[in-house]
Amino acid sequence: ALIYLLKYPYLACLRPTQKMNLFQSITSALDNTLASDPTAVIFGEDVAFGGVFRCTVGLRDKYGKDRVFNTPLCEQGIVGFGIGVAVAGATAIAEIQFADYIFPAFDQIVNEAAKYRYRSGNMFDCGNLTIRAPWGCVGHGSLYHSQSPEAFFAHCPGLKVVIPRSPIQAKGLLLSCIADKNPCIFFEPKILYRAAVEQVPEDPYTIPLSQAEVLQEGSDVTLVAWGTQIHVLKEVASMAQEKLGVSCEVIDLQTILPWDIETVCKSVVKTGRLLISHEAPVTGGFASEISSTVQEECFLNLEAPISRVCGYDTPFPHIFEPFYIPDKWKCFEAIKKMINY
Amino acid sequence: TWCRTKKESIRLLKGLFSKNHSALLDWVCSPSLLLTSSKCDLHRLEEGPPVKAELTREQGLQYYRTMQTVRRMELKADQLYKQKIIRGFCHLYDGQEACAAGIEAAINPSDHLITAYRAHGYTYTRGVSVKEILAELTGRRGGVAKGKGGSMHMYAPHFYGGNGIVGAQVPLGAGIALACQYQGNNQVCVTLYGDGAANQGQLFESYNMAALWKLPCIFICENNKYGMGTSVERAAASTDYYKRGDFIPGLRVDGMDVLCVREAAQFAADHCRAGKGPIIMELQTYRYHGHSMSDPGVSYRTREEIQEVRSKSDPISMLKERMLSHNMASVEEFKEIDIEIRKQVEDATQFATSDPEPPLEELCNHIFSNNPLLEVRGTNPWSKLKSVS
Repeated sequence: ALIYLLKYPYLACLRPTQKMNLFQSITSALDNTLASDPTAVIFGEDVAFGGVFRCTVGLRDKYGKDRVFNTPLCEQGIVGFGIGVAVAGATAIAEIQFADYIFPAFDQIVNEAAKYRYRSGNMFDCGNLTIRAPWGCVGHGSLYHSQSPEAFFAHCPGLKVVIPRSPIQAKGLLLSCIADKNPCIFFEPKILYRAAVEQVPEDPYTIPLSQAEVLQEGSDVTLVAWGTQIHVLKEVASMAQEKLGVSCEVIDLQTILPWDIETVCKSVVKTGRLLISHEAPVTGGFASEISSTVQEECFLNLEAPISRVCGYDTPFPHIFEPFYIPDKWKCFEAIKKMINY
Repeated sequence: TWCRTKKESIRLLKGLFSKNHSALLDWVCSPSLLLTSSKCDLHRLEEGPPVKAELTREQGLQYYRTMQTVRRMELKADQLYKQKIIRGFCHLYDGQEACAAGIEAAINPSDHLITAYRAHGYTYTRGVSVKEILAELTGRRGGVAKGKGGSMHMYAPHFYGGNGIVGAQVPLGAGIALACQYQGNNQVCVTLYGDGAANQGQLFESYNMAALWKLPCIFICENNKYGMGTSVERAAASTDYYKRGDFIPGLRVDGMDVLCVREAAQFAADHCRAGKGPIIMELQTYRYHGHSMSDPGVSYRTREEIQEVRSKSDPISMLKERMLSHNMASVEEFKEIDIEIRKQVEDATQFATSDPEPPLEELCNHIFSNNPLLEVRGTNPWSKLKSVS
């Protein structure tokens, strides 16, 4: 418990905490925002009654229907509208019902939101915009309720892309995104909405963006992931320790864009081996960017080729999901191969 | 009734002796009737579909059979989902059967149809057997998409699915209509969407293109009053979905009356085939289940409302009562049909639960169209799977 408190300084002052799962921590963050920022508005499909994942429960009753309201079914409209709200000076928190549906809004995000500050020479910006979307596999989502599109947005300068792994991170990172003066996309791992439960502080706190977190120190292999996959890698790390005597350093990237190159490279310099894992397809997935940068920076330190344990290059399957996802056995196998290289 | 030919009299007597009831009933019941269907609201049209429609006995029984099969199939899917044999998403069509049956009755098998994710009814009317539909829902290799598509992705010749993303199928439908026009084959494309999708931008882009180039596209909005949990008043600035095409003529049709749907679809198809360009139809219908199986369906509407629709405007009951009251069929006949359908659905369920799942090799097949075997990179650099297509 003491180590826990030291590790999380924002908890060290023993603030009142409450047991919350991921969606409740999101609600708490949004509640804090609506309370402290009179210009904040939340909108999206079905957010008024609480949202399909209950992330906005109770907010409309508390803050009024002019601040928490539903939009019709039009993602491009939602984001475009959000950009307008943000540019005019209000804090806009838009919800896209599933990350898989974000693509009609892709043009607005990439061409309008990301480039606003640049093209206006800093005269205008839509930094007040935060887009939230449920993300990642859920066991039965199949093609259109399981996608992890962070790689598409990682390719777009001007945006920030953030993915939490647990309720405490989620609240802190979401509040940072809202406070950040750049348009942010916040992906919430939907499988963790109910499954992840932690004691989360009730009052607001922020976790810095673009800072990766080292969850576990190690000396032989660096494991990098974000979101749900971190929990898989933590298990893999303990398996590796038990069965192979290999000490793994687990890093949660947290912010995908701009990502914390320094922390990852420092770790690879120490261990010499890197494994990156994500659910999205391997070709062009964000692991490719990390892999490429690390080999540029730490070439001579590498003991083995960088391993990417990711989803297959297929659409996210319906019935084949257990085979598709990069589970702990596949990661374990990759570690074995790296150690024996 | 007394002016029957000798042939028919002999048939009648034969029937009486051989206990072949259908011959007897053919003689006793009216072969066809001119029935009244409700008048349609029109937009930019001088006249609408005829108010009187002819229904023959065979047609009536056929529509009854179709609608009842869809109903039983959907209820069976509900049951299987609750038993966790079907997983993933399941959007049920019960309550809206008259739309599928009516449209199919009006168009030819060579015409094209595309719809959104509430597609099981249309998959059936477009020719896929109940067995294949249920096997696709349970994700087995006997399914219509080899078990790889699931509930929202079922296809058949001239039936383009089954589309998960809301509104995405409408520009596709306009494109199919363009192909029909280009090939000059006198076919039309029926493009369906819901009241939720009616607010998507891509629909208006499709309306513009279809009207500009006079594409033979019938845009049909199945308005079941709720876009997931949002009622139409709270989502749309104008709930007159048949007028939303603005420059495209439209008609609003009672979607719970299969005859009304058929006549309107026939009218629309004739309109398109005559080269007059696209047309919009709004079918006012209702779904008994919630949006999908994870939606109880009662948090945004009252049980009384659902009960009321079920008792007053259920499409199957309405057709059955009409035929009975006009002496077009007997209660026993309907019962027989029900029993047959029940057996058909039970056999299909048996198949769907016992068929094996697709083999692992299928995971990577059909990504691209490739002649030499394509290697698909996967979770580890040394594990590659082969993709055939």
